[in-house]
Amino acid sequence: MRYAYDISYRDAHTLLRYPAGRWSYALLALALIGAPWLLPQYYVGEMAYVFIMGVASLGLMVLVGYTGQVSLGHSAFLAIGAYAHAWMLAHGVPFALSLPLAGLISGAVGFVIGLPSIRVSGLYLAMVTLAFAILTGMVMGRWESVTGGYTGLQVASPLLFGVDLSGLRSFYYLCLVVLALVLAGLVNLMRSQTGRAFAGVRDSEAAAYSLGVWVAGYKVLAFVISAAVTGLAGALLAHQVGFLTPEGFDLILSLELVLMVTIGGLGSLRGAILGAAVISLLPSLISHVKPLLPDRMAKQFGLEIFVFGLILALFVLFEPRGLNGRWMKVRAFFEGFPLYRRDLFKRGKTYMKSERYR
Amino acid sequence: MSQILQLSANGMAIGAIYALVALGLVLTYKATEVLNFAHGDVLMASAFVGWALIAGAGWPFWAAAPATMAIAALLAWLIDARVMRLIAGQPQFAGVMLTIAIAFMLRGLVSMGFGAQSRTYTTPWSGHNTDFGGVVVSDLNLVIVAAALVITLALFVFLRKTNLGVAIQAASQNQLAAYLSGIRVKRVTSLVWAISGAMAAVCGLLLAPIALVDIGLWVVMLKALAAVVLGGFGSVPGAIVGGLLLGLIEQFAGVYLPDGFKDAMAYLVLIAVLILWPRGLLGEAHGRRV
Repeated sequence: MRYAYDISYRDAHTLLRYPAGRWSYALLALALIGAPWLLPQYYVGEMAYVFIMGVASLGLMVLVGYTGQVSLGHSAFLAIGAYAHAWMLAHGVPFALSLPLAGLISGAVGFVIGLPSIRVSGLYLAMVTLAFAILTGMVMGRWESVTGGYTGLQVASPLLFGVDLSGLRSFYYLCLVVLALVLAGLVNLMRSQTGRAFAGVRDSEAAAYSLGVWVAGYKVLAFVISAAVTGLAGALLAHQVGFLTPEGFDLILSLELVLMVTIGGLGSLRGAILGAAVISLLPSLISHVKPLLPDRMAKQFGLEIFVFGLILALFVLFEPRGLNGRWMKVRAFFEGFPLYRRDLFKRGKTYMKSERYR
Repeated sequence: MSQILQLSANGMAIGAIYALVALGLVLTYKATEVLNFAHGDVLMASAFVGWALIAGAGWPFWAAAPATMAIAALLAWLIDARVMRLIAGQPQFAGVMLTIAIAFMLRGLVSMGFGAQSRTYTTPWSGHNTDFGGVVVSDLNLVIVAAALVITLALFVFLRKTNLGVAIQAASQNQLAAYLSGIRVKRVTSLVWAISGAMAAVCGLLLAPIALVDIGLWVVMLKALAAVVLGGFGSVPGAIVGGLLLGLIEQFAGVYLPDGFKDAMAYLVLIAVLILWPRGLLGEAHGRRV
């Protein structure tokens, strides 16, 4: 059993309070740094993809999990980041400048898309973003002078200060570094004044407003941050894919991102990364299982989407707090060993909260 | 002039489909406050079932249509009674995610069961046209408009004049009060889902001969969402007006606006209406409660 026992003010807001936490994260970091030399080639590429999706999922988590604004159109920001990055690389902008610029451009678009969030919320906002993602896909297909249309756009290989990063291992490290930086930034942002304002807007707009939080401003800010981070992921994704087509950024990708944050557990950055890992690795896992299935089922491509749906349904029904919630429960079980009760995480009171009269 | 009439006729036909899909969405939304993202996939699945019965098993259209409607209604009933009920009382987001999950599962099952290639079947009206003084309308389009009219009228009479219909209205206005006055709220909401499922089946059966039986058929739901928003979210007459208007807007945009606007129009309308005019055409005023 572990008790919070602060002996200085600083103790209350250090990120990793206990040696056990520090050791386990150090081990995780070592494992991730060593992984490219231990894993088979194929999995190094897969891990890089997991990191990219982790960044995108972190971006969406800021919006959905922390600010309570549902976006079903984040594939649009991935696409904008990817195309902006590829276009800038093709026009001679160096990689080190183009990568953050792609994030900034995506963030600027996020600002424009965030403006409606002042007026519409909930389901309506979800529909606006959904329509925006579809429209972006259409624009990507039509705006041939920049995006290459449906014929596609070749992405130049990443050159950082003259070093080619397109190799499997070097690209893995690039993605890992970006993920670590984004994670560090967001962890700190979410426990700052801004993050608390986000949570306030999520839990009760009226209460936050009455405490002096500029609700409209923070709603748009959440959009900008979320879009910028997702755009950064899009820029990395451009290198992972190598060849951009509008079909690569369809509605299913948006829904996959929402899946990641939902099964990860809303309102936790750890959950965003866990969810991204599960959802990105699922297709290759399914391809391992496929030979065991009857031939007729295995040949069709519908199995993947069925499993996605099944997992999402099971999480919504049986573990609404997602993977992060499960992790907290397991940890609480071991930390307070004999004292864990099954209802420890149960909400005291559940009631029907109608959103009809808003 | 005749071009305008011709476009209006085509727009009314496709708009009637949008209106029916939108109506199904609004009914379930009013009854359970869940925006049913699986509606389009119930529609798609019933188009496949209709194909299997008509082209596969060789049933006549008039036998296959009620059977398909019954299957879709049963499916929708089960979705509500066995799945959606488990999350009653949770935030709206949970309902959205769960219906998306059901949509994914349906799409996966259909594509595993039937395969991904598109197909078509013949209806009693395929290939016939009627000439209204220069305006040629295919009989299938006439049937679509007629079906939409009949279903809307039947639904109107059912909801206004029968005890069960009034019970449905009561249950969707205030579940607790309806329950206290002796209405079986659970059964009634499941019934609403079943009705909306059967309506999706009608849309699927009538849309499939025009647009091919295909996995992508569910996309019509996104257009219907635009219709719902245009008409005013949660308003039954609004859904119908919005659907018809959207059909007309699309047809005219296809001719009078640059290439590519026809497909984008529904989504542009959706965004514009939500931002500039969130009440829609016939929506109720929304106050905000704290």
